[in-house]
Amino acid sequence: MVRVMCSGRIDLAHILRAFAKGADGVFIGGCRLGECNYLTHGNYHALNLVLLCKKIFEHIGLNPRRLQIAFMSGGEGNLFAAEADDFSKTIKELGFIGQADRIGPSQLEAVLADVGRLVPFITIEKHAKLTARLKDAADWENHFSLAEIKQLFDQVASYVIDPAKCQACMICARSCPVEAIEGGKGLIHVIAQDRCIRCGTCLNACPPRFGAVTRIDGGPVPPPLPVDKRTIVRKGGQEGKKSTSTERALP
Amino acid sequence: MEYPDQYNQDISTNKAVHIYFAQAIPLITYIDESCLYLKEKKCRICESMCKNEAIDLHQISRKMELKVAAVILSPGYDVFDPKVRDEYGYGRLQNVVTGMDYERLLCATGPYEGRILRASDKRHPHNIAWIQCVGSRRDSEGDNDYCSAVCCTYAQKQVILTKDHNSGAACTIFHNDVRSYGKGFEAYYQRVQEFPDVRFVRSYASIAGEDPETRNVIIRYATESQGVKEESFDMVVLSVGLNPPADHKALAKTFGIEINRHGFCQIDSANPMVTTRPGIFVSGAFQGPMDIPESVFTASAAGSQCGELLNYRRGKLTTDRIYPPERDCAADEPRIGVFVCHCGSNISRVVDVPDTVASIRSLPHVVHVQDQLFSCATNSMKAIVDTVKEKALNRVVIAACSPRTLEPLFRDTLREAGINKYYLDMANIREHCSWCHVREKEAATAKARDIIRMSVARSIDLEALQEFDLPVNKAALVVGGGLAGMTCALSIAEQGHDVHLLERESELGGTAKRLHSTLDGRDVQADLTKLIRRVYSHPAIHVYTDAVITEATGYVGNFVTRLTSEKGVTAIEHGAVVIAIGAEEYRPVEYLYGEDERVLTNLELGERIAREDDTVSRARSVMMIQCVGCRNEDRGYCSRVCCSHSIKNALKLKEINPDMDVAVAFRDMRTYGFNETYYREASRKGVRFIRWTPADPPGVERARAGDGRPVLQVALTDSVLGKRLAFDADLLVLAAAVIPPESAQEIASLFKVPLGPDGFFQEGHVKLRPVEFAASGVFLCGLAHYPKLIPEAVNQAYGAAGRVLALLSNDIVTVSGAVCEVHERTCTGCGACAAVCSYGAIEFRKAKQGQKAVVNPVICKGDGLCNAVCPTGAIVLKHFTDRQILSQIDALIPESTAAK
Repeated sequence: MVRVMCSGRIDLAHILRAFAKGADGVFIGGCRLGECNYLTHGNYHALNLVLLCKKIFEHIGLNPRRLQIAFMSGGEGNLFAAEADDFSKTIKELGFIGQADRIGPSQLEAVLADVGRLVPFITIEKHAKLTARLKDAADWENHFSLAEIKQLFDQVASYVIDPAKCQACMICARSCPVEAIEGGKGLIHVIAQDRCIRCGTCLNACPPRFGAVTRIDGGPVPPPLPVDKRTIVRKGGQEGKKSTSTERALP
Repeated sequence: MEYPDQYNQDISTNKAVHIYFAQAIPLITYIDESCLYLKEKKCRICESMCKNEAIDLHQISRKMELKVAAVILSPGYDVFDPKVRDEYGYGRLQNVVTGMDYERLLCATGPYEGRILRASDKRHPHNIAWIQCVGSRRDSEGDNDYCSAVCCTYAQKQVILTKDHNSGAACTIFHNDVRSYGKGFEAYYQRVQEFPDVRFVRSYASIAGEDPETRNVIIRYATESQGVKEESFDMVVLSVGLNPPADHKALAKTFGIEINRHGFCQIDSANPMVTTRPGIFVSGAFQGPMDIPESVFTASAAGSQCGELLNYRRGKLTTDRIYPPERDCAADEPRIGVFVCHCGSNISRVVDVPDTVASIRSLPHVVHVQDQLFSCATNSMKAIVDTVKEKALNRVVIAACSPRTLEPLFRDTLREAGINKYYLDMANIREHCSWCHVREKEAATAKARDIIRMSVARSIDLEALQEFDLPVNKAALVVGGGLAGMTCALSIAEQGHDVHLLERESELGGTAKRLHSTLDGRDVQADLTKLIRRVYSHPAIHVYTDAVITEATGYVGNFVTRLTSEKGVTAIEHGAVVIAIGAEEYRPVEYLYGEDERVLTNLELGERIAREDDTVSRARSVMMIQCVGCRNEDRGYCSRVCCSHSIKNALKLKEINPDMDVAVAFRDMRTYGFNETYYREASRKGVRFIRWTPADPPGVERARAGDGRPVLQVALTDSVLGKRLAFDADLLVLAAAVIPPESAQEIASLFKVPLGPDGFFQEGHVKLRPVEFAASGVFLCGLAHYPKLIPEAVNQAYGAAGRVLALLSNDIVTVSGAVCEVHERTCTGCGACAAVCSYGAIEFRKAKQGQKAVVNPVICKGDGLCNAVCPTGAIVLKHFTDRQILSQIDALIPESTAAK
């Protein structure tokens, strides 16, 4: 049992971690919908998260029933016990994770790790749906569709810097929250794709007059510029690829 | 030697030397009157066994003299003893128990450790009956004629707990009206009805005897369809009512106060905390039978009235607590101490504590593990303090109960030990483990190990957090100038604080303006006029009428509220706010209301009676319909006041014309407490009561009576005759629901407090914090909380004043350190966090690298939604960080078992 002050605090990464660690099921308990102890109604967020995660499970071939959410007040211990019993029964029926789902342990780990890496991206892309308040239970099932999840994974955004346009100004590098942009003054910037969380901050940060960052949805990412070709020589220098930028002063 | 254990209702035994009960305060053993030495001057074994020589068998009671300025009487109540009447069979039939006995049987610390067993054969009963109103609502000798106010709901609670223990148990409740009049009680009643094998039977039931073979109890009761019937039950619970305290006469004599004819305190219904002697106040059930929330707010209310008397001495006897300086252990290796609590036997009779202790020793960073009988006992807490100092611990894990109750206490223990209080983690191995796995000892022990291991893992990542000290503005704002708002404002002002009182309308008074008398005959208008005069003449109260709040900002101790009023535009700075915006009367759309002027509401009838309207005095017959607009699909709750309101009006009508034919069409008469006696009086005076059910509601149409006069004809099915009857009424009075005020939503969002499912304001805790909100600095009283009678509104208004004073009498207020914080470097300024923070705690500031989120820690309530929506993890809920949560998850499934 992991205590959080509000079920809305629960992150997709927490759920994935539990399954990656070998948990056979994850149960989330929240307050009754519409009866938030705070003003924020975070239990709706938790519900959305569960609905999303269930679809992701379907997408990757795990049984979505391994994840369960139930709503109850602090005074409804009996309801909690009943829900917990019910869930235990479900999980016992489903059997061990992986085995029952016919996914090998290493494959399971790999697939969960893949999804795990996309958590920030999913959080951004699905922000509106993850923070919606679904008051009608009839809307739950179709809040997220399988096709939508497939598209989400097929069309994962990547951000790349066009070496021909980069002015090596450091603005994007300084704005990157995870310091995934390599380069320095006079060195063409390159996004380290393995560290990038796909938040798109660099795209917004790159001054429009340069427009060096582009977003690629789902396509292959061009290989990074070799390190020895990143140096910019200014004022008449012809080395490297930066001939267009030489006249402009850097900010 | 063992003697009947009084705490367990004499069902089990205990020794003469014992602890009263597991959570008793102080938690020390004492010797009761069953001691052999005290009785026969024998034994004295304990005296010689005690190493500390702490036993003194020669103690005698001492007289003490205390000089005080005020006294609060809160002696509570006694439980009705069914032995006074043989017919209840209590004491004579083994399987007849009282509600109190049953309460102990249900409890984990009870005589059978939470197993419900019957006395005759120590077997689980499967078919249990409750008989309501035992000792209450009865005229007979030895019984009480009032309603005990709490039994309907406590019996329902026992049904739910019984179903919890044994979902197959059949539960039958014999009642005469289910009085679910409290906040949330009607919904609770609905819930109980939905359980399978739960029956509510409306009938007086009597104990007919027992089956000599099985010792089953036979109940005789009347049914509508089958006449008198006998049925056998494995066990019968008598829902015993509330008696005045047994020594009420002596108490009254000692304090020189008067008691009423029931033996409870004689109170002034305009101020129910006041006794007949100035300076002596009363709180709790000695006022009359009441539930926990009422009891809690009368306590704080009586406190507030003492505060009014004693304000000039406030703080004179207080001493500041001095804590040792806090050791900075941020850079130190974690050194964890784990204390595993037996909780008497609450934990240890299920969880193998020694085994658990042994398993924890080998966990990383754990340098100390010990078990304790009660970790919350004074000596145990001292042991924790000493061990932290001795072994230089910098993390403490208490494996005991839910953090909900005792976390503040243990945090304080850490401060005493000189380390930051956020280095504490509580592993709940009681509610989450021993209590719910009573019959699975091994699995429970394994689970306890898991819980503690997770807690230890989390504790490694805990950080020292700073709390914030804020100055407190000494003024209060009271929103709503009705009876509750004015009463509350006066009590606060009497204790030396400026109060700004806001009224939306152009004069003070609220709903009370439309009420003319109370059931016990007080002149509401005279009281109200006096109250308004006192408010206007009080130098510290500033009244704003025609007030509209335009903006409310700030936080506990430091609010700023802007408004327009007859005084123009004002900005008020205040430290606390009380929401007392009242409620409204439902405008019926049913029963020809609004279409025929002979159909009116209870409030309208009261007004017509007051102005001696002809339509009332000339009426030959008046019909009243209860539960109009509530206890239905639109509004599930019970409006609480309408039954008493109708009785009051019915009695008034009988006063005007004793021959007037007055009938009340009701579902359950909910004249709880002493109001029951007026219900009886109405009945005696010839007011007729006819019951209807939602499946078969009354029908109303315009018609002519036998004598040709135009009347409203009300059709009702008589449940006894099973026939539809028609009543001719000159006036039809609707007991219209009390509904939340129209402005509730607006005021709620201005002050950032929640509304409950019924649309009334949602207090911090239904039972224990009935005048506060989860948001600190905001308080609640009056009808905005839930419908209530005038004395109850006054109780709550003083109660809110008491809590406001508890805040305003401090110069500083401390707010939690478990709030959110932004790491500027990783914030991308995307705004996702601010979008989900309904408290408005997050703002954006221009920084070197663009817009960055900044949390105002004082406004932040620590729910952590922002943390979950932040794509970069820049905003972090301290004390519940990703790292702390993931460490817990990782610790649950150790690597070795993960690869299965």
